[in-house]
Order: sequence, then structure tokens, then C-alpha cells
Amino acid sequence: MTRNLIIIGAGMAAGRLVELVTEAGGWHITLFNAEPRGTYNRIMLSPVLSGEKTYSEIVTHDDGFYAERGVACRFGERVTRIDREARTVTGASGDVLPYDKLVIATGSEPFIIPLPGHDLDGVIAYRDLEDTERMMGLAAGQRAVVIGGGLLGLEAAAGLHARGVSVTVVHLMGHLMERQLDEAAGYLLRRELVGRGIDIRCSANSKEIKGKDGKVQALILEDGTELPCDLLVMAVGIRPSTGLAKAAGLAVGRGVHVDDQMLTSDADVLAIGECVEHGGQVFGLVAPLYDQAKVAAAVLTGAEAAFVNRETATKLKVTGCDLFSAGDFAEGEDREDIVFRDPGRGIYKRLVLRDNRLIGAVMYGDTGDGGWFHGLIKDATDVSEMRDTLIFGPSFQGGAALDPMAAVAALPADAEICGCNGVCKGQITTAIEGGAGTLDAVRATTKASASCGTCTGLVEQLLAVTLGEAFVLPTAKPICGCTDLTHEDVRRLIKSKPLKSQPAVWQELGWSTPNGCHVCRPAINFYLLADWPLEYRDDPQSRFVNERRHANIQKDGTFSVVPRMWGGITTPDELRAIADAADKYKVPTVKVTGGQRIDLLGVRGVDLPAIWADLNRAGMVSGHAYSKGLRTVKTCVGTDHCRFGTQDSTGLGIKLEKALWGSWTPHKVKLAVSGCPRNCAEATCKDLGIVCVDSGFEISVGGAAGMDVKETEPLGKVATEAEAVEWTIAFVQLYRENAKYLDRPYKWIAKVGLDWVQARVGDAEERARLVAAFALSQSIYQRDPWADLAAPEAARGFAPLADLTLEAAE
Amino acid sequence: MNWIDIGTPEDIPLRGARVVKTRLGCVAVFRPAADEVYALADRCPHKGGPLSEGIVHGRAVTCPLHNWVFSLETGAAQGADAGQVETYPLRIEGGRLLLDGAKLALRGAA
Repeated sequence: MTRNLIIIGAGMAAGRLVELVTEAGGWHITLFNAEPRGTYNRIMLSPVLSGEKTYSEIVTHDDGFYAERGVACRFGERVTRIDREARTVTGASGDVLPYDKLVIATGSEPFIIPLPGHDLDGVIAYRDLEDTERMMGLAAGQRAVVIGGGLLGLEAAAGLHARGVSVTVVHLMGHLMERQLDEAAGYLLRRELVGRGIDIRCSANSKEIKGKDGKVQALILEDGTELPCDLLVMAVGIRPSTGLAKAAGLAVGRGVHVDDQMLTSDADVLAIGECVEHGGQVFGLVAPLYDQAKVAAAVLTGAEAAFVNRETATKLKVTGCDLFSAGDFAEGEDREDIVFRDPGRGIYKRLVLRDNRLIGAVMYGDTGDGGWFHGLIKDATDVSEMRDTLIFGPSFQGGAALDPMAAVAALPADAEICGCNGVCKGQITTAIEGGAGTLDAVRATTKASASCGTCTGLVEQLLAVTLGEAFVLPTAKPICGCTDLTHEDVRRLIKSKPLKSQPAVWQELGWSTPNGCHVCRPAINFYLLADWPLEYRDDPQSRFVNERRHANIQKDGTFSVVPRMWGGITTPDELRAIADAADKYKVPTVKVTGGQRIDLLGVRGVDLPAIWADLNRAGMVSGHAYSKGLRTVKTCVGTDHCRFGTQDSTGLGIKLEKALWGSWTPHKVKLAVSGCPRNCAEATCKDLGIVCVDSGFEISVGGAAGMDVKETEPLGKVATEAEAVEWTIAFVQLYRENAKYLDRPYKWIAKVGLDWVQARVGDAEERARLVAAFALSQSIYQRDPWADLAAPEAARGFAPLADLTLEAAE
Repeated sequence: MNWIDIGTPEDIPLRGARVVKTRLGCVAVFRPAADEVYALADRCPHKGGPLSEGIVHGRAVTCPLHNWVFSLETGAAQGADAGQVETYPLRIEGGRLLLDGAKLALRGAA
């Protein structure tokens, strides 16, 4: 006997249900759909929008299908009422149809933010073919704003952009697709889309929609920014469409409540798809919806089945943006991360583990192994055996547990090892066989691991595999007893995870002490402020006394005070002020330093704020003679006075000092500028030295005149003074971004290679980026610490907390 | 016991120190955690370095001159170094820091 089955909604879940039920037989199906069409692949609307597909290509069930299977279609007709007592539904046409079983598959409704102006013409959601056609109606050169930087919003934006429409994405959160991606992957995605020409504004709050004659004109942001547009697309989320079910008196929470058999609170009514809530969860991706259709079909045909929500994975359907996300990748105490980054190729992979099981994966740039990782998540496979090579994917996992060495040995010769410099395994093994027996030698001959250093471990393993016992893996030296990680590891992790506070570093990197020690704290503090100038604030309590007090502590606990003398130039007024201060604070020793300035030695700690205030009043600022930062720029007198001078070396020195002062660096930085090759300023033993010649400026780096004595090596030669300043700043910023704390530039250059430094600073685009990054940092850190600390509130910290000398300690 | 009010915990930077001057030298008052304070002689037994200027980590301080590390709880040098710094009773009551004057007086007698 044929019974009546009514299905409300012809979305993707319903489409699958119709297929399965008609195959089994036994039901006469009536299919209602508010949209005037049958089932199509809604997920593929984005390729339709971008023009990569046509609508007819994404129709999954055409008229022929319904006719063949005897489905009564009522497309374009809404259901207005369900009468559960009478077991009937009423359509918009007024027809009342009886059912034996009813399936609610009403899907979801796009969420429209009730901004002023949301009802203007030209404000649409991105949900169905009508919305898509509306977007396709825009001509090239017209403007669209998309609110929402989630999956759907970005697909809409990319599709519109592909049609030549000028698109701005407005996203409330700090990074794109925050539900599927972590910050690092969100950053890479944003970089890709911005690179294509899509304007993306994160952390942007919409305020109102401006219109004219009932038509949308612009979106106004909270900060007053006005974004003109011809179409405004809201893609801020969906919510289950439950109105009909609620009106029928069914149990409804966020969605229509269903049990494992997809039965609602009425056993004759089932619900599937985006309109349901199962076990507290609602659904937006297609895989679980198909599972639900399968369960519902089984239940309707008398078979046993139960719905189990499984892990779902997300892929963004924007051509050229390779992105994958599955499972849970939120941070948590019980979780561990494995992160792989290849900045040169824009690749980022992050696996999240809990109890030796993979629970989440985020990938950008290379998502080929996504399916395999997804499988591990779904099956909750114990990955402890393959943990070391897990991130390299299935091709590195044998039947038995593989050690990383074997995995490297198994790599084909054309496998890329170093993404930055495009070096493959074959080149490296050839170099090793040709005599490059150390990491440094491999770097020198092939450039592998000479840039970001991420592949250093792989190169070392290749050395070990190729040379066998002749190669001894150097043991990495941890920063201190608080961690097993090296400085290089920590710097990389601070950038890649990313970590933006000291507690985040201690927690995420598994510090064994509650808050570090005197060795690691100053290093971590520097790394954080160098990498995150806007987000991180310098912590004085993580600085060595000299940098906290902004004066050098002497062996008797007194301090020395050195005011800055720009380029070694001073004036009678400055000298008088220094002399007066020396008298007033009874300074026992006044000494001329090697850096062309004057040192006041033996100042008592309590007097510091007062002597600083006096020197400030005479126009002098801190000389940072105590800091891991710019110390001095030594100069000779140059063309102003010297008969040999070729350029204004003093003037250039002053310009450099004014540009660089106040910046924190991994170790102290000393510069010098000589006006001719006679080199009176001794520029060739400085961290960076400039020797002026008739035709321009010879810049050299990596000199030393301390425990080691070393002559500088050439960085490059430039024609103009402005370029000399630019190259110098770029070099200092590159050093700030990459060096290990307490490595002077010459030590750092020995590790990364002069070639690499030359290539980075010599590249105009990279140089501009470095200069801009330095300027951003200076906008925060170029402040005179003396002026800050001489202010009354701060100065109190230099005074005793209490003075009990007058109180009898009876 | 003779508790002397020397200020509030908030007067001391977190993971930092301030000094209290006495007739017999300075006492360093440390605040390794928000509601935890310790008082020790502000003088390293090695070369007399001002401990109040050291980096505070865990419940320890590192002398700024030669990196000797002392326990704030016991005043004992940590690790390979041997030495002892005098400690003084200090407590927080009603949001005020109270230092024991009696122990300070003994310091003079000793």
C-alpha cells in the first residue's frame, strides 16, 4: 500500500532523501519548495557567481528526475500550516494535503543584521539563486560591499571580484574565517585576497546603511568610514528556519529538535537538514545533512539507523586559495600543536593533538593531505607512533613506525627541502657528497636552510643520512633551564603560533618555571616587542637593571649617566649643563667615551630622575649607553671642515642617529660614518659602518672591536644619502626580526650568511617592508626614557618605599 | 613583634622590588606575585650587589651584578653558590604592608 509522504523544502538534504526513498519505494511523495525550482547544489553557487560554472551545471535533480520517480512537485509554493491533529499540510494555494509521514526540511534563513537601512533595495543575503543572480547583475567597475568574512562572505567577495566588481569585505572579527581558521592561516588568506585586489577590513563594525530613493548607497562603519556601494551583501550567518515547526507546536530550540532517528517530538514528523538541532548542535555543512537524509530514508522504509554527528571539514571554494580546516583547533591547556611553516611558499599547517589523538587540522597553501588528516580525526587514531613525521602526511608513514631519519631517507631526490631558496633534496645530497660535511657548508654551497631556518632540522637529517656515523648531529642548546627550546625555536614559534604575551609563551611552549628566569625573560621580552610592536608592551621587570633604570649600574651600586650627543656634535650650552649637573649631583668621575660623548659616573640611584630632568631641560635625551639598542653613531667631520672629506659624514651620522635612537635590538648596535676612505671614524669595525666616497656610500656590516675583533664585510654601495639611511634602517630591522637575543650582528650574520642579508636588504620590496616595519616600531618605542621616568609618578619608583632611618626601631 | 606600616603592595611593581631605608642599610621588599611579598636585606653576600635591582622570577631574585640567585622565602643562595641573605617578617593586612620592626632592631644588635 502506498502511503503519503510530504516533504517541505527541496534543498540538498531533501534532494538526497527523495532519491533514497524513491529507490526503496512504498511512498507517494509530494515535494514543496518555496524556491521556484527543484534541488540544486547550493554549495556550487560560488562557482556560478564567479562564472566558472553555469546554473544548469549545478542542478542535481531536474524535471525529468521528478517525473520519472513520480514525485508531485509544488515548486514556488510555500507551506503555510501544518495540522498535526488532522495530519495535513496547507499550501499557499489553499490546497490541504493529507500525510502519513511528514518531513520538515525547511533549511535555514540568512541572518540579516538589523542595521538602519537594512531594508533598502540592493541589500541582499547570499543564500539562493536569486541572490546569486542579483550579484551577477552587477557590471564590471560597479562596487559591492560584503559584510562578513566567513566562508560564504569570502566566496561572494571572490566571485564578485572575478566579475570585475570592486569589492570591500567588512569583518567584525580580527581575522578572516575565525570559526574555521586560526589567526596565522587567516592572515595568509587575507594576504592572498588583498593581493588580488579585494579590500579587506577586519575588526570593522558596521553602523548603518545609507541610501537614496530607497536604494543602497553606502555602508557607514562605526569609525565613520563610508564605503560606497551599488550592492550590499550580508553574509553573516544563517539560522535554522523553524517558524513552521514552531507554529505546529513541535519542540524547537535553536533548531527543530530531533532524536537519533531524525524524529521530532511528533513521531509522524521527521526533520532533516539545516533546520534541525541534534544533541545541541545545528548544521551548516553538507556532509552531516546527507547522513541525516540517509537515516530518515531508512526510518521511513522501516530499516534501523541512527544519526551520529561526525567531524566535518571545510574547504574554501575560491580558486587559488588552498585552504582546509577540520575538527577543533581552539587553544587549550590539554592540547599540543604541531606547526609547519614555509614562509617562502606561503604554506602553513597546524595539527592540534590531545591525548595523542589528532583533534583538529588547519592548512593553508598545501592541503593535499587534508583528507588523510580528516580521517585521523574522525577515527580518533592514536598518532603517538608517527607523531614526529605526522605533519608531512601519509606518504611519510609506512606500515611500521618510521623514524624521522627514515622519512628523510625515503624522500625522492626532487623533494623540496628549503622552500625559501627552492633547494631540493638531490642538490643537498650532491653537495654533501661533494664535501659539504657541515650545516654551514651545506648552507654556503646550496643556500638550503640559509634563510628562515625552518628546514634546518631536515638538512641536518640529510647530513646524517648521507654521511652516516661521520656526522654528529649538533645538540641544540636550549635558552635556559626553563625550556628545552632554542632561541631560534622560540623566535619562530612566537611568530608562527603566534604568541603575543609572556604568559602565552610560558604556557604554550611548556615553560617548566612559573614565569621564567633572569636568562630567558629579557630574551622573550625582546622577541615579543620586536615581533608585535602594537600588541605587546615592554615589561620593565623583564629587563636587566641597566635597561630598567636606564643607566649603567656600577660595581658600588651607583649609576652612570650618558646624554646623547648626535653624531658626536655638542655645544657650549650642552657642555655647561653637563658641568652644572656634575657639580650639583657631586659626580665623582666625568669621562669622555669611545663613542664621542660624555659619561657621568657615580650618580646615586635616587638622584637619577632629578639629573635627567636637569639634562632634559638643556635639550638632551638619554644616550642609551646602557641598552641593547642603538648606542652611538661615530662620525668624522666630513666635508664641513676636512680637506679630504667626500660627503657630509657628520650630517649623515646625525640623520642615522635621529632615525635609529630608542629602538631595541638583540644586542647593542654601534655605527660609524667616515667621510673618506682614510676612515677616521673607524667605521670598518662597527656593527654597521659607512665609508663615503666620491661616487656615494659604501655600507658594510658585521664588524666588531670587543672580545672579537672583526672587520666589516660589504653590504652594498648606494649613490645617495637617502638610500644610505634606508639600507641602514632595513639592515637594523632585519637584525631585529631574526637574530638571537645577545647575538651582535657579526654573530648573526655568520649564522644566516652575508649573502642572505645582502639579498634581503638589496631587494627593493623587502627593503621597503623592513623600513615600514621599523617605522611602526619606532612610532611606539622612540621616546626619551629619561623624560618618561623623570615624571613625578614614575620618579617615585626610584625613591625608597619607606624611610625608617628617622624612626627608632625600638 | 612591632609591625611598621611601610605602604601598600601596589606601590611595588609586580615581579619587582622597592627598598626601605633603615639606619643599618636597606631592606628590599619584593612582590613576586600580586598578593605575595617578601623582605630581604638589599645586599648580596657575594659582592654587595643591590638585590632590589635584580630580576624577580618564581620565588627568587637574581643579583644584578653577578647573577647569584636567592630564594625569597629563605634567603638562601640557589644552585652552586653558597650564601645567605637575612630575611624579615613582612605581611599584608587590610591592604597595607607591615614590616616587623623588632627583627630590624635585632639586626642592629647582631
